[in-house]
Amino acid sequence: MPTGTILVIDDIVKRFETPEGAITAVDHVSLGIAQGEFVSIIGPSGCGKSTLFNVIGGLTDAYEGTVTVAGERVRGPHAAIGMIFQEESTFPWRNVIDNVAFPLEIAGVAKTERYERARHFVKLVGLDGFERRYPSELSGGMRQRVSMARTLAAQPKILLMDEPFAALDEQTRLLLGDKVLQIQQQLKQTTLLITHNITEAVQLSDRIVVMTYRPGKVKRVVEIKLPRPRSSDIVSSEAFGRYVAQIWADLREEASRGLDDEEARKLREGESR
Amino acid sequence: MTAAAFVKSRYAPPALGLVSFVGFIALIELLIRVGLINRFIVPLPSDVIAAFPRVIVEEHVLYRFLLTATEAFTACILVTVVGVLGGVLLYRYHLLRLATETWVAAIAAAPLVLMYPLYLVIFGRSAMTIVMMGFSAGVAPVVLKTLEGLAGTRRVLINVGKSFNLTASQQFWKILFPAAMPTIFVGLRLGLIFSLINIVGVEFLINFGGLGQLINELAERYDLAGTYAAICFVILVSVCVFIIMERLERWLRPVD
Repeated sequence: MPTGTILVIDDIVKRFETPEGAITAVDHVSLGIAQGEFVSIIGPSGCGKSTLFNVIGGLTDAYEGTVTVAGERVRGPHAAIGMIFQEESTFPWRNVIDNVAFPLEIAGVAKTERYERARHFVKLVGLDGFERRYPSELSGGMRQRVSMARTLAAQPKILLMDEPFAALDEQTRLLLGDKVLQIQQQLKQTTLLITHNITEAVQLSDRIVVMTYRPGKVKRVVEIKLPRPRSSDIVSSEAFGRYVAQIWADLREEASRGLDDEEARKLREGESR
Repeated sequence: MTAAAFVKSRYAPPALGLVSFVGFIALIELLIRVGLINRFIVPLPSDVIAAFPRVIVEEHVLYRFLLTATEAFTACILVTVVGVLGGVLLYRYHLLRLATETWVAAIAAAPLVLMYPLYLVIFGRSAMTIVMMGFSAGVAPVVLKTLEGLAGTRRVLINVGKSFNLTASQQFWKILFPAAMPTIFVGLRLGLIFSLINIVGVEFLINFGGLGQLINELAERYDLAGTYAAICFVILVSVCVFIIMERLERWLRPVD
């Protein structure tokens, strides 16, 4: 475990019962994340990334192993963990400032103070001037930034992100990556990113955990020794390319296995029809 | 303002609606006058307009309008409160949902107005019968749409609530209910249409109370122009109910 570890994932096993029998989605995964560290978990579809996200975020139970935050065992959603989801998750009936102020409203923060704090986070994600706009008036990238500001407004110790830019185009994704890097630099926010995008993972992370296809195990942990502060300019560097190639070499076999498995399943489904 | 600028302005749609309506009325007037529509079935629109002062003064239409409107609003409030509450209960208790959803759907599709003799026996020939008929006809769609709205809340929004450690009550009032609001209002619109039709229909059938009774009396007297003038007041009740509901929806949920 790294020194100053704030999040400890210890020997997590998660199984699902299906008509074909039990499936092990996550198999003995252990990981420690240090204060202020940015770690990405990368793997092919079906490797249990999102299951792991749900386990760490306390959205699922009935698993083996433990998750602890600053020494405290996580049993259900924990105030120290802020989550950003893959799907668009802003509240359409609230404008930007009210979306961002939501966790503060729940925490009972007085109106003036909560709007003041919410404005700070709106500015942090670069949406100042859009406070009174509703999500339907914003682009996909802007909505994800609203979700990010809302989660950050709760001032979590750990930011947990599940492919937050998956639905966005590559250019927006790179630019939002810059924004995440700026925020991380500014807040020294401990972050765990779940992704299947190698470029995104290398651009943002201090460490990348590569997972195997089902059952999801830790295949390798890659330290990204690219200089900080970073920006999306780094994607054109030689070192960046080497990391991408190295991780793809690890992932390729897993992704192929996933693809073969998916094709075989589709074939079986077709035959049984 | 140029013609092109007017077409793009916010006044253009209502102006076009008004012009279309006036044009339609003028067309009907013309078709009746040339004999293509039988004037003993459809009165001349000009006669209907001329009948308004008579209907207002001699038939106490304002009193009847208020009576029908009061019955409609009472039924609306009952439909809203009981319907939304029913939908929430069916959402909350899965067994109850499995046990009753089909029945509620069947009630929503049934011609409940045929049950008016039973309501007459229970509540007597009174405004209560009319209100309860309106309520019975309107409540089922509201229950079903409330249930649909709550059950259709996106999983990710529920997870956002969980991630912020919301209590069950906060989860309901801060996420589920606002998320379901547009669908609930679809149900309310449907329910209130059914309710209003039944209210006027039962007034007509039992010859009691407001505008429905007036339409019955005028039709019995074969006063076609007066009958149609009274129907215009029924439409006015409907317009009032829907304007109030639209304002309420905008207030509760400014943007979708």
